[in-house]
Amino acid sequence: MRLEAAPLDAARLPRWVVAVAVVGSLFVVLPVVAMALRVDWPDFVPLVTSESAAAALLLSLRTSLTATALCVLFGVPMALVLARTSFRGQRLLRSLVLLPLVLPPVVGGLALLYTFGRRGLLGSSLSALGIEIAFTTTAVVLSQAFVALPFLVLSLEGALRTVGTRYEAVGATLGAGRWTVLRRITLPLVLPALVSGAVLSFARALGEFGATLTFAGSLQGTTRTLPLEVYLQRETDPDAAVALSFILVLVAIAVVGVAHRVRPLGDLAPPRAPSREAARA
Amino acid sequence: MYLTPALRRTAALAGAAVVLALTACGTADPDAAAGGDAVDGSITVFAAASLTAPFTELAGQFEEAYPGAEVTLNFAGSSDLATQISEGAPADVFASADARTMVKVGALLDGDPVGIATNTLQLAVPPDNPAGITSLVDAAKPGVKTVVCARQVPCGAAAAKLEEAAGVDLTPVSEESSVTDVLGKVTSGEADAGLVYRTDVRAAGDAVRGIDVPAAAGARTTYPIAALAGSGDAGTAREFVEFASGPLGQSVLGAAGFGAP
Repeated sequence: MRLEAAPLDAARLPRWVVAVAVVGSLFVVLPVVAMALRVDWPDFVPLVTSESAAAALLLSLRTSLTATALCVLFGVPMALVLARTSFRGQRLLRSLVLLPLVLPPVVGGLALLYTFGRRGLLGSSLSALGIEIAFTTTAVVLSQAFVALPFLVLSLEGALRTVGTRYEAVGATLGAGRWTVLRRITLPLVLPALVSGAVLSFARALGEFGATLTFAGSLQGTTRTLPLEVYLQRETDPDAAVALSFILVLVAIAVVGVAHRVRPLGDLAPPRAPSREAARA
Repeated sequence: MYLTPALRRTAALAGAAVVLALTACGTADPDAAAGGDAVDGSITVFAAASLTAPFTELAGQFEEAYPGAEVTLNFAGSSDLATQISEGAPADVFASADARTMVKVGALLDGDPVGIATNTLQLAVPPDNPAGITSLVDAAKPGVKTVVCARQVPCGAAAAKLEEAAGVDLTPVSEESSVTDVLGKVTSGEADAGLVYRTDVRAAGDAVRGIDVPAAAGARTTYPIAALAGSGDAGTAREFVEFASGPLGQSVLGAAGFGAP
């Protein structure tokens, strides 16, 4: 993140490393360029503002925001427990928590189905209570939260380990209680990581496809999110599919930009400087 | 595989009818047709996902009939395959699940497409039929979770046609992108009923139960097959099309539950 050091580091690299890096970057950038070239620009606005596209975009934003809120609600305590406590089976627990990251989304969808589905582990009890999850917007949010949660836990746990427990220990010796230490030292220290983790979770939720398709179904306005709409439009209207895909690409670029900008900004924020907070506490 | 007695009878009758119809007008004898081009090349056949079982068997029989010939199969949704072909995928033969998809690659075909099979829709319900469905009208009742294909895909277009023919207006809880997804929702018990192809119900064995919809016969889909102009081995590609539309191909497709074209 130290930008002034970057040119110096690059100059010291062997040239072939830079060449390979360029090829690697092209591999990622070229498909995006290729897609932009296929977009039917004169019809772009009508294509992405059609009734079905607007419904899908709105649903995607609504569900992804809800899923991100769920990720923060459950992910922060999970990251704290993983970073600040030690217990038997912690390593195993961490691997299991990160599982959705490496699991094929369709497999995740099946797992959710066997848990919350009508005949699932919890589903039958839920049905008895009159709660049906399959084919509802709730199912979409659950699928998105399932795949997005590891992003938040992973980035937050990493940040918690990096900042260490020094300030927390000082705060505690100065008489701050557990809740005060958490609220005034730990969380402000990792706030940038929390924000970028939440932004990444949001992006992952927005792009969720496989688990939603398997678990939630596809109905306009209820469960058909933007990726599902792209998948369906592709069948009959490739122009609309490409235009909608490009919207997702733009959102993804914006999100990644925000996630990367947050860290240095957070480092510079003086009023939040935890040592002073701790001293006052 | 478990079939209800009624279904087994229907299947047997359909199979017998196909065999009768074909022995009566058997023209495409593989040995006679092989006289022209040599049939000993390697070809790649792109076929609709619903043709997986019969085409796998057919490819084996083709390789047996023409020593030296080699058939590579690629199964996926018809629209996906059409897109791949348009984008230059090296296919020699294309068999799609409806005529509309074949039209998309019309400019790339070697000759006119030939119908090789037909399929009709059937209501699939979980084996215990929790919603007690016996007809399309039951599937349209409020509170019944019915899943169909979206209108953009072949099975959804057929479902829309069927609803119109039967005068029933379904309010589905989900409109899936593929017939496999519809069937999945029924086999997992999430949905009370789903409109899928007769051949899907048969291939699913005892995981679902099929319920005939009388109006389905009027909303039949035809599967066309054609060789592609860009084929590196036009002789073998054409012969495979002949083979699939000939008596052997027809008996294999009939045994999988497809109707005669």
